[in-house]
Amino acid sequence: MLNVAETTGRSLFITTADLEDLAQGAAFLGTGGGGDPYIGRLMAKHAIEEYGAPEIIEASELDDDATVLPAAMLGAPTVLVEKAASGEDIDYSIKRLAQLIGKQADAIMPIEIGGINSVIPVVAAARLGLPLVNCDGMGRAFPELQMVTFNVFGVPATPAVIVDERLETVIVETNDGKRAEDLIRAAAIRMGLSVMISCYPMNGRQVKQYAVKGTLTLALGVGRALSQGRKEGEPIEALLEYLRSTEYYNHCKVLFDGKITDLRRETTGGFSMGHCELAALDGSERRMTVLFQNENLVARVGGKTVAVVPDLICIVDRETGRPVTVEALKYGQRVKVIGTSAAPIMRRPESLAVFGPQAFGLEEEFIPIEEFGERGRI
Amino acid sequence: MDVPNCCGAEIYGCPKLLFRYLEDIAIIRIGVDVGGTNTDAVLMDGNDVKAVYKAPTGKNVDEGIMAAVRNVLNMSRVAAGDIQAVMMGTTRFTNAFVERKHLQEVGVIRLALPATRGVPPMIDWPDDIAAVIGKHHYMVAGGYEFDGTPISRLDEKAIASAAKDMQTKGIRKVAVSGVFSPVNSAMEERAGEIVLNELEDASVTLSSHIGRIGLLERENAAIINASLTGLSATFVASFERALARLKIRAPFYISQNDGTLMSAEFVGKYPVLTFASGPTNSIRGAAYLSGLKDALVVDIGGTTTDIGVLVNGFPRESGVSMDVGSVRTNFRMPDILSVGLGGGSLVSRNGKVRVGPRSVGYRLVEQARVFGGKQLTATDIAVAAGFVEVGNPDAVANLAESLVRETANAMHRTVEECVDRMKTSAQPLPLILVGGGSILIREHIAGTNEVVVPQHAQVANAIGASIAQVGGEINKVYSYEQVTREEAVKSAQAEAANQARNAGADENSIEIIDFEELPLAYMPGSAVRIRAKAAGELRLC
Repeated sequence: MLNVAETTGRSLFITTADLEDLAQGAAFLGTGGGGDPYIGRLMAKHAIEEYGAPEIIEASELDDDATVLPAAMLGAPTVLVEKAASGEDIDYSIKRLAQLIGKQADAIMPIEIGGINSVIPVVAAARLGLPLVNCDGMGRAFPELQMVTFNVFGVPATPAVIVDERLETVIVETNDGKRAEDLIRAAAIRMGLSVMISCYPMNGRQVKQYAVKGTLTLALGVGRALSQGRKEGEPIEALLEYLRSTEYYNHCKVLFDGKITDLRRETTGGFSMGHCELAALDGSERRMTVLFQNENLVARVGGKTVAVVPDLICIVDRETGRPVTVEALKYGQRVKVIGTSAAPIMRRPESLAVFGPQAFGLEEEFIPIEEFGERGRI
Repeated sequence: MDVPNCCGAEIYGCPKLLFRYLEDIAIIRIGVDVGGTNTDAVLMDGNDVKAVYKAPTGKNVDEGIMAAVRNVLNMSRVAAGDIQAVMMGTTRFTNAFVERKHLQEVGVIRLALPATRGVPPMIDWPDDIAAVIGKHHYMVAGGYEFDGTPISRLDEKAIASAAKDMQTKGIRKVAVSGVFSPVNSAMEERAGEIVLNELEDASVTLSSHIGRIGLLERENAAIINASLTGLSATFVASFERALARLKIRAPFYISQNDGTLMSAEFVGKYPVLTFASGPTNSIRGAAYLSGLKDALVVDIGGTTTDIGVLVNGFPRESGVSMDVGSVRTNFRMPDILSVGLGGGSLVSRNGKVRVGPRSVGYRLVEQARVFGGKQLTATDIAVAAGFVEVGNPDAVANLAESLVRETANAMHRTVEECVDRMKTSAQPLPLILVGGGSILIREHIAGTNEVVVPQHAQVANAIGASIAQVGGEINKVYSYEQVTREEAVKSAQAEAANQARNAGADENSIEIIDFEELPLAYMPGSAVRIRAKAAGELRLC
């Protein structure tokens, strides 16, 4: 399957030719949020052209005491389209965090594979000449910093280093992940709404235990399935076929095939909250509602839930399969709503306490997507 | 005068607002539309269409334009000296860029450091065009945060030395872009001054004069613009000379993407703003001819159908980024949906009836059955179904009734589906049909409450050019923690109106025609992007 990424001996490199597929796959896994990876993709392209393609390694290849540092962008993706990173800010966040914990970074990892944060670590790894670990902390996108597996299993979010383009830096040390999120977001506003961050410093053992593994190549696979499928005329079929072959997203289905008939958005507490109503295209009276907070949270047909966070709910153009972000939803758009299972580690009770339905203010319990079919026809 | 009227002048339903705002433009003027296929001209006196002319756009575009203007003058018997304005819509500059012709090398100065070093200018351009434009990039300290505070002080010395470098390289077309320049354009303005101090004969394009939020897209637009300013200056000068030869002394305007006019002088500086004026003019022309301000516009040509939406007299704009010649931009483009249905669309039946997307195109007049040809086209079906009388109806008299019915239905369903996709609410809207292929649609279209086919529908583009207004637009990010919402809204609207006034709109006629607020995601309730557009009638002195 990995025929595009360049294979040299046993090593896998991510090249500029992979970036478009990676970005598209990441947009799908972003489940409506995570930011448009377009500008991040260009930054990665530039970094690879200048510094060479970074090597992708598996979590299992890490020594237990290896130092692994995540790289990410935090802020408003709408600001990033104007004020892109310099690259040095990304390096500096990593170097400064390494200095704080008194270690040398051995590898870089993505913390959020959905959206723009799939490509920022590619920039970091290329620039620093470090390998990139094929994993992240969710296998999708989430709006807040504490919503990662590492936090669930007790890895401290801090020290966290937040850097702007002037290399001005805020270091945050807190007692828990949610508090880190609050302080970091407050700092990010004063720093211009688009900052680079490195946090959750980890050793190899922690990554092996708590990361959602293989998600970088999964994002690549999703993007590749879509572009290949588009060439052959059946992008959504190709996508589903690929998802079924994966370990995490194998429970997948088209939850709805419809047209957007209503759209409400409001900004509350810095998040884009809202819902989107769809009418079926098959002439039936079926209606779907998708609620979102930056990312799609729950999909209901006729008031009955058919998929709920942390399982993935992705809206794609019904012809091209192109992922549609929450900002890009429009009345009249013809879309398919695709639901997939999340990685098993994301569905454990302790994980659901941090990013299950109730963490987003929904009243329902989490039910895995594959069990909805069993409990009655969708 | 004789107007070739292939669409007839049937009106379905009664447009209540017919000719309502025609009285507003009580001047004698010529509208010209220079398209890839045809050059159209109309001569209008107030709301009277005095003459229309349509001819293929020849190899020599300028001569074609002059022939069209001369023809409508002769047909209408209006004296050249009585013409008060000439308005033109053209795809000239779009085509030049797409075909990579007549472009000049551009020096790019970006005010941003230390930000944005990760994405240098033209990073995503195709190699062939990047080679034509050259890679003369200068990134210097400057730019703003989203709230208008500087990222760093403008590095004036670096700008001057960039200009000197361009001097030695012989580059005279300069694009200046700055981070968040739509929020504050002061640094771009200053950079432009410095460049002109060093390089007197340079022409400078500032990104804040052209584009919206989105640094790369706006910068790309500025670069494209700069590369075309040589061509635009020549074009404007030669057209002005030609008008003088015809003894027309009236001012000359070109319509831009949003349906408003630019003075000839402005077009010389900002050719890129004409990039989508074709579809805009057809939608605006449809509005004018029908008298409707809110409607769907279906423009059916020989091969394709373009569907747009008229909101408050102007085309609804697309919210997504547009690629022009494979370069990503964020121009103000109308939101258009195109499908392969036109008068020349081929009809086939293989179990199910198919119409298009294959078409005989401009060879319709030889190849369609009603014109003595062998191909079964959508036009043949329209004749067989009794929608229109053109050519020889006997040639299609023996077509199976079921085929005619099914094909006619299929054409209507295609339009219905597009109409449905373009609507933003379930509320039915009137539909205006224009273009030579409008004969294909004669029955009710679901989602609409009436179908209007105005007279002169086949020259809607040129008419659209002749009625364009003068507009101004603003697109800024405000922090509601620093200003109240009312203050922000007021300031945005005042700034848009002011821009319209500066562009030549009559003070008393300026209206806010579009307003949009977009909260920026992921940030606690502060930052909101506001877009306001104002337009008014052209002020004539």
